[in-house]
Amino acid sequence: MNTMNNKKFMIIDGLPVAIEGEKNILDVIRKAGIDLPTLCYYSALSTYGACRMCVVEGKNGDIMASCSTPPRSGMEIKTNTPRLQKYRKMILELMLSDHCRECTTCEKNFDCKLQELAQRFGLKDVRFDQYSIDDTRDDSSPAIMRNPNKCIICGDCVRMCSEIQNVGAIDFAYRGSKMEVTTAFNMPISETNCVNCGQCAAICPTGAITIKNDLQPLWNDLHDNDTIVVAQIAPAVRVALGDEFGIPRGTNVMGKIVSALRRMGFDEVYDTATGADLTVIEEANELIGRLEKGENLPLFTSCCPAWFRYAEINHPELMDNVSSCKSPMEMFGSVLKERAKLNEKGKKPKKTKVVAIMPCTAKKYEIHREEFQYDGEPTIAHSITTIELANMIREAGLRFEDILPEAVDMPFGIASGAGVIFGVTGGVTEAVIRYVMGDEARDHLADISFTGVRGFEGLKEVKVPYKDRELSIAIVSGLKNAEKLIQAIQAGEVQYDFVEVMACEGGCIAGAGQPFVIGRAKPERSEGMYQADRMSNVKLSAENPVTDGLYANLLAGDKAHHLLHYK
Amino acid sequence: MDNKELYQKIDEIINAHASEKPIVAILQDIQEEYRYLPREAFDYLAEKLGVSIAKIYGIATFYENFSLSPKGKYVIKICDGTACHVRKSIPILDALRKELGLSGDKKTTDDLMYTVETVSCLGACGLAPVLTVNDKVYPAMTPEKAVDLLAELK
Repeated sequence: MNTMNNKKFMIIDGLPVAIEGEKNILDVIRKAGIDLPTLCYYSALSTYGACRMCVVEGKNGDIMASCSTPPRSGMEIKTNTPRLQKYRKMILELMLSDHCRECTTCEKNFDCKLQELAQRFGLKDVRFDQYSIDDTRDDSSPAIMRNPNKCIICGDCVRMCSEIQNVGAIDFAYRGSKMEVTTAFNMPISETNCVNCGQCAAICPTGAITIKNDLQPLWNDLHDNDTIVVAQIAPAVRVALGDEFGIPRGTNVMGKIVSALRRMGFDEVYDTATGADLTVIEEANELIGRLEKGENLPLFTSCCPAWFRYAEINHPELMDNVSSCKSPMEMFGSVLKERAKLNEKGKKPKKTKVVAIMPCTAKKYEIHREEFQYDGEPTIAHSITTIELANMIREAGLRFEDILPEAVDMPFGIASGAGVIFGVTGGVTEAVIRYVMGDEARDHLADISFTGVRGFEGLKEVKVPYKDRELSIAIVSGLKNAEKLIQAIQAGEVQYDFVEVMACEGGCIAGAGQPFVIGRAKPERSEGMYQADRMSNVKLSAENPVTDGLYANLLAGDKAHHLLHYK
Repeated sequence: MDNKELYQKIDEIINAHASEKPIVAILQDIQEEYRYLPREAFDYLAEKLGVSIAKIYGIATFYENFSLSPKGKYVIKICDGTACHVRKSIPILDALRKELGLSGDKKTTDDLMYTVETVSCLGACGLAPVLTVNDKVYPAMTPEKAVDLLAELK
């Protein structure tokens, strides 16, 4: 067998590199270990070719954008010639001429690709005056902030919003030097069909779209002696925060987070996975009830607020199919507020505020929804992202690497593995399958994990035996994938009993509040989640003694429905 | 504007086009009908064409020819292509703007009678400087002739 003759090669900086099905020479160059700069290229999105940072020089001195040039056998290119160096600097200078350069006070300072490239290419001077800087900002959304003065028109956000999320709340408008990324009619983003998933902010290479910073009011509460601040930490946060502190990807740093929160003044610290156990029980029972009655199937999950908003806007006809369960965060928040109210009786009044630490920007929106109020106020006082938590830890001067891990507080200090894996696509489904299989599940955990619930495909289909029939389940992540599935269901092409939807591709581990990942790093994070599941003593939500205790006392009678469902 | 009537009209326009639903051509037909693109048309169009409102807004703002605000009964286009420009088209533009109280940002009179805008070339360079009123061509114009023309139109 001689495959060598069939192999295609191209010459990059004098060295032969094999072409193995790459769709552009940029991928071949990167495979060869050269980190060619890009601002507008992501393999998961369509190729746009706007930033021109990835230009390379051909044998005849021709300059081409490597992201949009397909590789040919025998092609010879150079990636670092004097001309290319000059061009790249010039391009950066031109971008900066139309860019608000107040780096020190920018939300994205030290986390900005434009800043990074300016540094990398040794840009010391911008010869052009800054122009078209004005005070147009859009802070109407609870999740994201827009500052067009920092936009470089790379269009990453536009493609993310329409190609991956099927929302299209923002697009290019106007032309030439007046071109900008904006909403239709420059409406405030909160008045558009934006679902607050925040993926635009996550992918934005500059500070043009950033995640809303809600830290100051939280610090104020932490410093107030009359406020009891209770934290709950979402599953996905623990496998991503470490990225910010040089800890190997996917490492579970839950114990360190607990310890750091206590040192920053949080009075009680819990795990949202405990709330997820409640969600599993409530949602699985809802599913069983609907299966018995044979109505409103498939049951769609409701724990992802971006998906919930998407369904509300685009598929009002589906709202009876969407679960009536609150999200784990809101369920747990209601339980914490209820317990605080019971404990407060007869004592000096102190205010209890629940803080949620989430991988998610849409949670910032969710906490302000009318359905999620407790005694006339939002149940969750503050929802901050993983990145905001990292910033808090830095501001407090804590050396995260050196912090010794601690355990969460009682009486809610136990979460099942089923609750923890909520943070990754397919996790909710796996947890629900464990619940509906009941006693049988304990002996078949591995079998369940191999039904197809795990993995990063946009659509996963699972069949599990249930009583004398089979349950048909679909799992989607990414709203474009969700839309395709809904179309197929409504056209009668497919039929399911249960559909799990997560707005972000890969689930919460790739939420917009997390240190940014696209493609890479997701498997490491999901492995971190599954490892936490393997290490947990309790595998099934129904076997969590904490939830048992709650249903016997605090949630007894009709309080369970009242506190755990939004309708 | 009665939205029901508008939607009916949009349906007619969409149906008159091929199944590919060409956005630019549809927008042109809507503008032909209403002399501009009404705000209310966007939401309906987005739903009918299966694209986002932001995308249609992007297309409508990209082309100079589309207008998002109502235009006057008489749309006056002053050619400012190279030939007309060197034969002094700008003084004509200035005279018309002064007469009607218009500017570069305000292109239509409040009574919705006149809209004054420039175009880059009408392809009638031999007649320079030239302007059109609702697509009727007026050759060899001067500022005085243009102002007289306004009175005539009334």
